[in-house]
Amino acid sequence: MRNPEQILGIIFQLTQLLLVVLAAPLLTGWVGQCQAWLQNRSGAGLLQPYRVLNKLFHKDAVIADNASWLFRITPYIVFGCMWLAAAIIPIIAVDLPFSRAADVIALVGVFALARMFIALAAMDIGTSFGSMGARREMLVSFLAEPALLMVLFTASLISQSTQLTHIVETFAHHRFILYPSLAFAGIAFVMILLAENARIPVDNPSTHLELTMIHEAMILEYSARHLALIEWASSLKLFAYLSVGIALFLPHGMIEVGNWAGLPLAMGLLCGKMLLAGAGLALLEASMAKMRIFRAPEFLGTAFLLGVLGLLIHFLLGA
Amino acid sequence: MQIPLILQFVNLLASLLLLVVFAMLAQRRILSLINLFAWQGGILALSTFVVAYSTAQHHLYYSAGLTLILKVLLLPWLLHRLIRKLNVRWDVETLINIPTTMLVGIGLVIFSFNLAAPISQLSEGITRGLIGIALASVLLSLLMMLTRRKAVSQVVAFLSLENSLFFAATSATQGMPLVVEFGIALDVLVATFIFGIFFFQIRETFESLDITHMEKLKDD
Repeated sequence: MRNPEQILGIIFQLTQLLLVVLAAPLLTGWVGQCQAWLQNRSGAGLLQPYRVLNKLFHKDAVIADNASWLFRITPYIVFGCMWLAAAIIPIIAVDLPFSRAADVIALVGVFALARMFIALAAMDIGTSFGSMGARREMLVSFLAEPALLMVLFTASLISQSTQLTHIVETFAHHRFILYPSLAFAGIAFVMILLAENARIPVDNPSTHLELTMIHEAMILEYSARHLALIEWASSLKLFAYLSVGIALFLPHGMIEVGNWAGLPLAMGLLCGKMLLAGAGLALLEASMAKMRIFRAPEFLGTAFLLGVLGLLIHFLLGA
Repeated sequence: MQIPLILQFVNLLASLLLLVVFAMLAQRRILSLINLFAWQGGILALSTFVVAYSTAQHHLYYSAGLTLILKVLLLPWLLHRLIRKLNVRWDVETLINIPTTMLVGIGLVIFSFNLAAPISQLSEGITRGLIGIALASVLLSLLMMLTRRKAVSQVVAFLSLENSLFFAATSATQGMPLVVEFGIALDVLVATFIFGIFFFQIRETFESLDITHMEKLKDD
């Protein structure tokens, strides 16, 4: 038997799931639009990602002769992982039914699972670009992952819990405290976000220049609905990362499950935060140049060290 | 556990100071190094101001103003002029590569936090933990002096060392007498001038600012 609270929780969970999956391409479109404005172009508009997805879904998929089942199922797994991640993170409401299923460490694991499958699928075809992209992706991600964990541990130490829900509640609902350690964690998190989402100093999402691409090199062989799912998953990943950032560093305005009256305000706040974050991301990308791939370890090493420094500062100052 | 908001702000500024020192340690370009030095001065001035406000010590206001004028405006301007005249906007060459330097830096931070922990227990109120950060900044500045090859970046490291010491003084002992501060400020200014003259001398004698050239002196 389910009591009404559980049903309410599931309704909120479904609302969040639908909202995220529908709004994620919009965020990508917004970032692209901001970049276009910063480069003095008129831009393709906010709805461009939807048009691309629509176009891709209506095409016939072409699959290489020597592709195995791994290649076929990877887009679904990647999309599923990102959607699951978006379900775990408190985006509009805290204490959703799914959020109890996994803590931040499991969340990092979900991202890692998607990454592993996409790298394997890239190698599966046997083209040189695919395996080069896969190896580069692994180089970037094996450095980014410990840094991400350090950032999450800093927040976990402050809130005494690895559950994102508890972290959000600690930061949002208690009285205002300045956490110096979170300043370090915040900078580290932005660096990790740029690296993990194939953004400019590490990778360029809009390039097809063979020497520089990482993410694009891995998905070169995909077409039609498979490509659409992977693009959509990339949007979801960006959305999920920004949501984690919001949950850790700017969680004010999230509502409890069942608070219908607060829902419009929470949605509005989320929109505002996402707009700001997207614009900030575009500005950050516009102000930086793409690094050489061999600088990426240094970049991510710095992120890791900042994460460690945040932890140390937490131990020293107790805040 | 709960400390007043203003002291939390001082803690935040202290952490930012440490962050800037780390950024300087990781910085390759000499221009950015000087800009970071100016930022460090700005944070120092702000933290001095906040300490002055929270402890109601009026002479610290002068100290903050002095820091602002000297370390945010005058010294960076002098250094900018120097590198323009010396034409040394090249990348800074480090002796050890930067990730290794950063790792050593983390080790130093852990060391100084450990070292300062018993001292922090003794002191009361505002200074808890700040001594550790100040000590870490001092050691990191020393590390930067050791790992840089060019004379200009060594001087910036020296000035950063002085900043860290100044921070330790204001946060831990709530400021020195104003006369002493004036003296130190003057010393730093004069030192920078003398360093500037030295740079020209070094370059004229060795045709480079790379201090490894100085080691060849004995061979002649």
